[in-house]
Amino acid sequence: MPATILNFPPKIVENAIEEISKLPGIGRKTALRLVLYLLKQEKESTENLTTALTQLREDIQYCGTCHIISDTTDCTCRTVTRDLTTICVVQDTPDVMAIENTHQYKGLYHVLGGVISPIEGIGPEDLHIDSLFSRIEKSDPKVEEVILALSPTMEGDTTAFYITKKLKALGIKVTTIARGIPIGGELEYADEVTLGRSILTRTIYD
Amino acid sequence: MHLQSIRLIQYKNYKEAHVAFSSQINCFLGENGSGKTNLLDAIFYLSFTKSADQAQDLQCILHEADFFSIKGTFSQNQKERTVLCAYQAGKKKSIKLDNKPYKRASEHIGKFPTVLIAPNDTDVIRGTSEDRRKFFDAIISQVNQSYLNNLIAYNHALKQRNSLLKQFAEQDRFDADLLEPFTRQLLDLGQKVYEVRKEFIAVFKPLLVKHYAMLSGQRETIEIDYESDFSEGIEEKFRHSQKKDLILKRTNRGTHKDEFVFLMDGKPVKKFGSQGQQKSYLIALKLANFDFLKNELGVKPILLLDDIFDKLDDLRIEKLIQMVASDAFGQIFVTDARPERSISIFEKIKQEHKLFTVSQGKVEVRKQIQ
Repeated sequence: MPATILNFPPKIVENAIEEISKLPGIGRKTALRLVLYLLKQEKESTENLTTALTQLREDIQYCGTCHIISDTTDCTCRTVTRDLTTICVVQDTPDVMAIENTHQYKGLYHVLGGVISPIEGIGPEDLHIDSLFSRIEKSDPKVEEVILALSPTMEGDTTAFYITKKLKALGIKVTTIARGIPIGGELEYADEVTLGRSILTRTIYD
Repeated sequence: MHLQSIRLIQYKNYKEAHVAFSSQINCFLGENGSGKTNLLDAIFYLSFTKSADQAQDLQCILHEADFFSIKGTFSQNQKERTVLCAYQAGKKKSIKLDNKPYKRASEHIGKFPTVLIAPNDTDVIRGTSEDRRKFFDAIISQVNQSYLNNLIAYNHALKQRNSLLKQFAEQDRFDADLLEPFTRQLLDLGQKVYEVRKEFIAVFKPLLVKHYAMLSGQRETIEIDYESDFSEGIEEKFRHSQKKDLILKRTNRGTHKDEFVFLMDGKPVKKFGSQGQQKSYLIALKLANFDFLKNELGVKPILLLDDIFDKLDDLRIEKLIQMVASDAFGQIFVTDARPERSISIFEKIKQEHKLFTVSQGKVEVRKQIQ
């Protein structure tokens, strides 16, 4: 008589694995490990996780002006202590965090939510580009400078070019973050394109 | 640089084979289907980490086996170096140099340069302009990494621009400000691609002319023309074709439309050349390819000649063998389905050479001259 096939993993576990493995960077094996880990923990700790996830979905807000994620309605863009005449345009929220961590920037942000990429069907209308223009037009005090801090990829460059073209028509000063050799990096290991560009856009030493 | 020996396990029709080579001329004799070409293909694999006939790795495994491995022992700068290529069905292929695995297989390409001449593959002559661009791009990329990067970036920008044109048509709208950045990218990158191609052809042309003249005994004169939208007024050409681009939903100008025209006595070889002349042209292209790599890399690539004797007249065959047996070339591998022809050709040659008989996936030494 053939042996009965074990019904493994059980359906509930299978469900959990499937949901977790949908997360980026997590495959089925890691998902299984996480599920078994969670089952071994105190009940409380998994409950904390589910509460955190539920709250994340229900209470998180996107600022209607700059589109940053926040849990209060007091977004940086309403804080008078920041420089209200400068807007830094970034692709996504993690970029805001990265720039904030430098403590070098006191102005406002504008999160586009992506970059223009026709292959993926993303056009300017799918991004927060129009809201950037209307925000600048309505600004008081008037916005004087827009800093483009987009990734130096083809799509990032295209998006920057498009925005610049429209902003120039509004008579706004548009700048872009410098590109070149990372601090602490060895010159000989820099790629040709970066090195070439940093030679072309060299700055006066003082 | 030369290949001292090869060991095949379950590669194509070889169950197991171990063959030691001459550092100069090696000739494989055997009937059709015996495995001569597969042996050359294994050598090609050691250099390019893929099969020459565009077969998937899975298709290279011996029938009913589940893995293959090719191990080559090279002599390079008086040092012994081993290349191991192994693939198991369903797993990632592994490429190792001296037992050290590569992170990416592409890092290996160019380390043991090889040129394959397979005249039955006349796509370069008779195929589309894309076949010709691929042929030259592959040569340039082996010696110029930034060319390859620019080419990849150009193709990416082209794909973006074409997607955008399609969207404009579907949504029945047009935004010049949105199209412009993509046009700029194409113009910038295309200019770089054009300049390298133009420079390359200037170096390549005399090599080609020289080899064809030697092969044909000056019977015909040949030329190669490089035609590109970038040769003059590219910005205006782009502006003029914008309407056409929008209607056809693709980009009609650029280096992706470049053409290399092969001429013989002023006429296109593609249309007017006989089969024999087309073959000679192809062989001359490949020999020029060999010379170009040799000059740029400073080593003599390994030369693989697969079935080149078919459709060439005796005069051309003799010229060719005389030429490749000269000092200008390094290690050579030749296949022939007619043993008596090769034996009589090689009898006239003084150089060290080794003749092998190939039959049903077995390789045996037939004659060795030192």
